[in-house]
Amino acid sequence: MAGELSVSRDARLAMYRTMVECRTFEERAQQLFFEGLVRGTTHLGNGQEAVAAGFAGAMRADDYTFCTYRGHNHTLARGVPMAPIFAELFGRGSGLMGGKGGSMHLTSVEHGAMGSYAIVGAHLPIAVGAAWSAQYRKSGQVAVCFFGDGATNIGAFHEALNLAAVWRVPAVFVCENNQYMEYTAIGSVTAVERPAADRAAAYGLEAIVVDGNDVRAVHEVARTAIDAARAGDGPALIEALTYRHGGHSRADPGKYRPDAEVQAWLARDPIPAERARLLAEGVREAELARIEAEATAAVAAAEAIARDGPEPDPATLETELWSDGGSAWRN
Amino acid sequence: MAELTYRQAVAAGIAQEMDRDPLVVFIGEDIGAAGGVFKTTEGLFERFGPERIRDTPISEQAIVGAVMGAAMTGLRPIGELMFSDFFAVAWDMVANQIAKTRYMTDGQVSLPLVLRTANGGGLRFGAQHSQSVESWAMAIPGLKVVAPSTPADMLGLMAAAIRDPDPVIVCEHKALFAVKGEVPDGEHVVPLGQARIARPGSDCTIVALAAMVPRALEAAERLAAEAGISAEVIDLRTLIPLDARTILDSLARTGRLFTVEENPRVLGWGAEIVSIAADEGFDSLDAPLVRITAPQVPLASAAVLEDLAMPSVERIAATVRRRLDEAR
Ligand SMILES: Cc1ncc(C[n+]2csc(CCOP(=O)(O)OP(=O)(O)O)c2C)c(N)n1
Ligand SMILES: [Mg+2]
Repeated sequence: MAGELSVSRDARLAMYRTMVECRTFEERAQQLFFEGLVRGTTHLGNGQEAVAAGFAGAMRADDYTFCTYRGHNHTLARGVPMAPIFAELFGRGSGLMGGKGGSMHLTSVEHGAMGSYAIVGAHLPIAVGAAWSAQYRKSGQVAVCFFGDGATNIGAFHEALNLAAVWRVPAVFVCENNQYMEYTAIGSVTAVERPAADRAAAYGLEAIVVDGNDVRAVHEVARTAIDAARAGDGPALIEALTYRHGGHSRADPGKYRPDAEVQAWLARDPIPAERARLLAEGVREAELARIEAEATAAVAAAEAIARDGPEPDPATLETELWSDGGSAWRN
Repeated sequence: MAELTYRQAVAAGIAQEMDRDPLVVFIGEDIGAAGGVFKTTEGLFERFGPERIRDTPISEQAIVGAVMGAAMTGLRPIGELMFSDFFAVAWDMVANQIAKTRYMTDGQVSLPLVLRTANGGGLRFGAQHSQSVESWAMAIPGLKVVAPSTPADMLGLMAAAIRDPDPVIVCEHKALFAVKGEVPDGEHVVPLGQARIARPGSDCTIVALAAMVPRALEAAERLAAEAGISAEVIDLRTLIPLDARTILDSLARTGRLFTVEENPRVLGWGAEIVSIAADEGFDSLDAPLVRITAPQVPLASAAVLEDLAMPSVERIAATVRRRLDEAR
């Protein structure tokens, strides 16, 4: 299936570039966490880049992305600049949200990145609302909502899918099944084998499973689902099989995962796989090397800018609770 | 001037705003053709149609979440939670998502939305259909909270809530739905954050909300008739924004402050009022600050027990009279 769709050479290279930028960013973010510059917590998307890149490549500039605390990839893939993201991770006033959100809440409304949500499953109903709004306004926008396998067992998942199906809203739900919740395998706590796809029938939806480590396969299902949603054919639920290369968060070494399993998935790393395919299609090594070098340079430049960013102005502690810019609750 | 019931004023407020702004839409359980389980939304479906008035499944998280998603993408949605007790089912959406998202995104996201709900006791519905949850909402930064006591205020505050650029929770008191009152002709809007002196007085200040306002007013009449006590009654109208100024000004005139709250004792909204009064109105105080509340138990369904729990006209009048006597 993959490779049959009409995706231009430029589009293939753009998706490759997105994956490489995400990976380079995440690897640096992890180092900076260990160095203590990134505080609090991080949930990295290493290994899952093909899902973000494949979908972002199929979205219109004004479409909406909703994602989880594991949201760096999805935010970057919508074109949000790296420097304010780094600055947000560093807790700087120059951060994407002025230091008020942090790694788990990256948001850039102007890029359609409508937020990263840290309560498992919460953003599925919110994405339904954005899609309902697009439907009501006849704007032609689609809401794409990414979530983990673990989210399929929370009530909000089921409420959201039912409502989306009943209202036929233009929403595409994407389960990134990376096989684990935090430290527990999804299979050990779920009544069905495919946590998302096996539930699709309950909402009158097609069961769609895709190799989430194959950016072209992801792109194809993304385009089909997004185009259908935009055309008024209602929502879709897609389960993308993938794997996170690292632990769940922070310094988690992921020891609960069998070595052989980890090795098998590392061998299916989406980036080298796509690289090999591009080379086989005649893209020159030098061109790919340039993309990789540019990503490395972009990450380094963004880090430098973010490091130079100011601490948050203490005056901002009590700003932007309300639309008047302040936080007054009494006279 | 037209006479409306408090129940009719709900629909009238929504209709006034839907007429004026096509971005106002409204969802909830049984709100459409059925007109709402409390008949508060009667006529809206017929008037505004299925695109703007939508029935939902019994999915409180989805209702509140969808309202949030619609608000952040350009609509001015209203969501109904049939009973305020059901906020507990959707509390993540309310407290973690709606309340925090504007702040966490440093103002990138605006949430001009209204969550309306039937709140409060007195109908013998038992502990899971009778709560006063306004103090829960008040405690979360990022939520505005409205609780009208008259039909005119219901209409005018509903309109203000829908026009407000931030999330507003409108608590409609179940025990007031049948109450009738005059409502001004033409467009009517009551700004959020302005308490109303419902009855002027000089000996003490009684601050009340929603269904406790008519009770406080009746108690004040009895105190005047039976003991010559002149009680000022303040209808708070909105908890957030809180009109502390009107309360402190009244306290400066009367020197004595009572709150009347139907919520259980601990951390009800009156605790914040007396804390402000103790701090900023200390020089005005002639007597201790007194909260008249329900006891710290769930509401029982039997009439005798529920009536005992909620502040009654008799309890309000007796408490005020006793505390004023003690202070003399
Ligand atoms: C409602 C809720 N319960 C628990 C958590 C704690 N928690 C954070 S991430 C996580 C695992 C989620 O797994 P999954 O949905 O598969 O996403 P992944 O982290 O694998 O991307 C848990 C349990 C939470 N944030 N929210
Ligand atoms: Mg997972």
